[in-house]
Amino acid sequence: MAGIPSKLRYRPLNLARWLIWGLAALVMAALPQLFTQGFAITLMSQMGVAIVFALSYNMLLGQSGMLSFGHAVYSGLGAYVAVHALNLAGTGQIWMPVSLLPLVGGLGGAFFGVLFGYVTTKRSGTTFAMITLGIGELVATCALMFREFFGGEGGITTDRVIGKPFLGITYGPGVQVYYLIAFWCLVSMALMYAWSHTPLGRIANAVRDNPERAEFIGYDTQRVRWFTLIISAFFAGIAGGLSTINFEIVTAENVGALHSAYVLIATFIGGVGVFFGPIIGAVVFTFFVVALSGYTNAWQFYLGLFFVLMVMYAPGGIASLIMMQVQLIARKRFRRIAPHYLAAGASGLLLLAALILTVEMTYQVSVDSADGTLMNLFGVKFDAAAALPWAVTIGLWIIGGAFFNITRKRVARVWSEIHAEFLQARA
Amino acid sequence: MEFFVISLLNGVSYGLLLFMLSSGLTLIFSMMGVLNFAHAAFYMLGAYAAYSFGLKLGFFPALFLAPLVVGLLGALVERYGLRTVHRYGHVAELLFTFGLAYLIQEIVKVVWGLTAVPYRVPQVLDGPLFIVYSTAFPKMRGFMMLVALLMLFAVYLLLKRTRIGLVIQAALTHPHMAEALGHNVPRVFMLVFGGGTALAGLAGVIGGVAFVTDPSMAASLGPIIFVVAVVGGMGSLAGAFLASLLIGIIQSFAIGLDWSLGGFLGAIGIAVNAQTPLYSLWKLQLSQVAPMLPYLLLVLMLIFRPKGLLGTRAD
Repeated sequence: MAGIPSKLRYRPLNLARWLIWGLAALVMAALPQLFTQGFAITLMSQMGVAIVFALSYNMLLGQSGMLSFGHAVYSGLGAYVAVHALNLAGTGQIWMPVSLLPLVGGLGGAFFGVLFGYVTTKRSGTTFAMITLGIGELVATCALMFREFFGGEGGITTDRVIGKPFLGITYGPGVQVYYLIAFWCLVSMALMYAWSHTPLGRIANAVRDNPERAEFIGYDTQRVRWFTLIISAFFAGIAGGLSTINFEIVTAENVGALHSAYVLIATFIGGVGVFFGPIIGAVVFTFFVVALSGYTNAWQFYLGLFFVLMVMYAPGGIASLIMMQVQLIARKRFRRIAPHYLAAGASGLLLLAALILTVEMTYQVSVDSADGTLMNLFGVKFDAAAALPWAVTIGLWIIGGAFFNITRKRVARVWSEIHAEFLQARA
Repeated sequence: MEFFVISLLNGVSYGLLLFMLSSGLTLIFSMMGVLNFAHAAFYMLGAYAAYSFGLKLGFFPALFLAPLVVGLLGALVERYGLRTVHRYGHVAELLFTFGLAYLIQEIVKVVWGLTAVPYRVPQVLDGPLFIVYSTAFPKMRGFMMLVALLMLFAVYLLLKRTRIGLVIQAALTHPHMAEALGHNVPRVFMLVFGGGTALAGLAGVIGGVAFVTDPSMAASLGPIIFVVAVVGGMGSLAGAFLASLLIGIIQSFAIGLDWSLGGFLGAIGIAVNAQTPLYSLWKLQLSQVAPMLPYLLLVLMLIFRPKGLLGTRAD
């Protein structure tokens, strides 16, 4: 290929791509002007951090086929490096502007990616998953052992307002932090998207799909996995640095197994098959965690159930569900299936109500029984120990289940009819 | 000497408990290629089920009922959950069991509460079995070893000496041939998954009494049995047995020893004090790093012998 002069290459301006990225930047810039409450700003900042983290995770899971159970190790250690750097800068021992702190976190994450990645990427598939779990536990137990670096139970606190204000920016107010996070989020998003088009990104896809053939054409699959993991750890570290600035505290939880589980769940719910999937996942996940945890103590149960249902029935995540509808809309068939969606959705709501009643009443009777069994759900007061609410719940389960079974089959039937038409049209 | 004997006994009994868990995990893995992430969650369910049955029926009926219930649940999970995701490949299966582990933990929290339940040793098994020098060895530990050995023996007989065992072994190595000969391989898979989770449930009945029954018991033991499976060699029962004992013994010895690197350096003439660089590393005692040792062993194993102690394949 070296003989072909570069000016012969056909490379039109990709207008749609510029439009989408420009729009994304515009939306991120405009959001704090629309939602000005402090709560909304914090939520959006958390979403920005989660987006970077989930995208870096999908570099492994979606693009290279590496299922990691210990990704929080890289974001967490990156956050620790960042928090120490910020504290040193705060006392004037080193010079470093706060705006560049995510980069420090990223370098910290990448360093540990080089170190741990060498061990974990020796294997692939199921064994890789287990080793990442082991490394995750190793780091989590270390976090309680080395108090000087990890700060023990209380973690390490910091203050993001250091030095003289630059152009009036102190990072004291939440909005300024939001814009810093939005900036790094956009840059990381663009870089990670660009990475997926580099030779390494492409070979990572090949190693995911068929490692044997990738080796036959001369690539060391272990090295491809290792390099990918280092880059992924770098972006995870950026997410860690951003969360340091956002929360001004880093604790052992940041490297813990639960944190790793959350990023996996968020990424998968969004969809691992498409680049923008994890972005949706991170936004939806953060919103649900923050919103649900305010309403119910059993929010983790709902989250787990949602995740398991997604694995079973929509393994492509929300992104794949959206793509399916886009296909229907583009071919003007959406109207035909929409009423069936509505019917299935309505019966699904009955089932959801039954589920919520069951879980909340069980919770009231078992865990919160010290406060009595009287409870208040959606503005209705009732006694969770009485027979009537349970009878209503069982009724909801039966009716909802029966209706859902019928409507679900209708959706599936219409769906396959439409697909048969598509195939006919093609032939 | 006293320390040695007691630590060895504790290590062996803990190792046998680990084997009760890792045997089911290994069996399921070698058969279906599925790493059951929720295995420790079934262990926890076993403990909680035994606690609930025990309140009504007493410990010994619960010892039989709880594994049965957990095994039944496992079979249902295989039939209606795992089989659905099977067509999406191994990663989806792993994700499914991972989600299941999370879900079971949350169900336990909703049903039995966030704190530990008072699941106690029955009176017959309370008290010391015998006394070594001056330290008592509890009856419960002895019972734990007895149950584990009986289980090991029963599984061995079932796999090697019965017709079902023969079919299971055939389905393990040649699933298509076994199917062609008229055996229902998916049903065999369901049986193996149910059986494996029942073993985990049995371990839970014992482990729940011997240790603590709380919602974090699965999360704390789960990673260790994965370490056992990898160190022993993925899919090797004998390897799992060796690795279980090894990790059990290492941990119980480490907990009782206050050796540190600093002490070692001091013994060979290099003084270590608070001013020495990296002092927090030198002053660490072996008992403090005990929780870390299994994972360290895992990493070392992967570097020097990637297929595990008795494993046959590296991937």
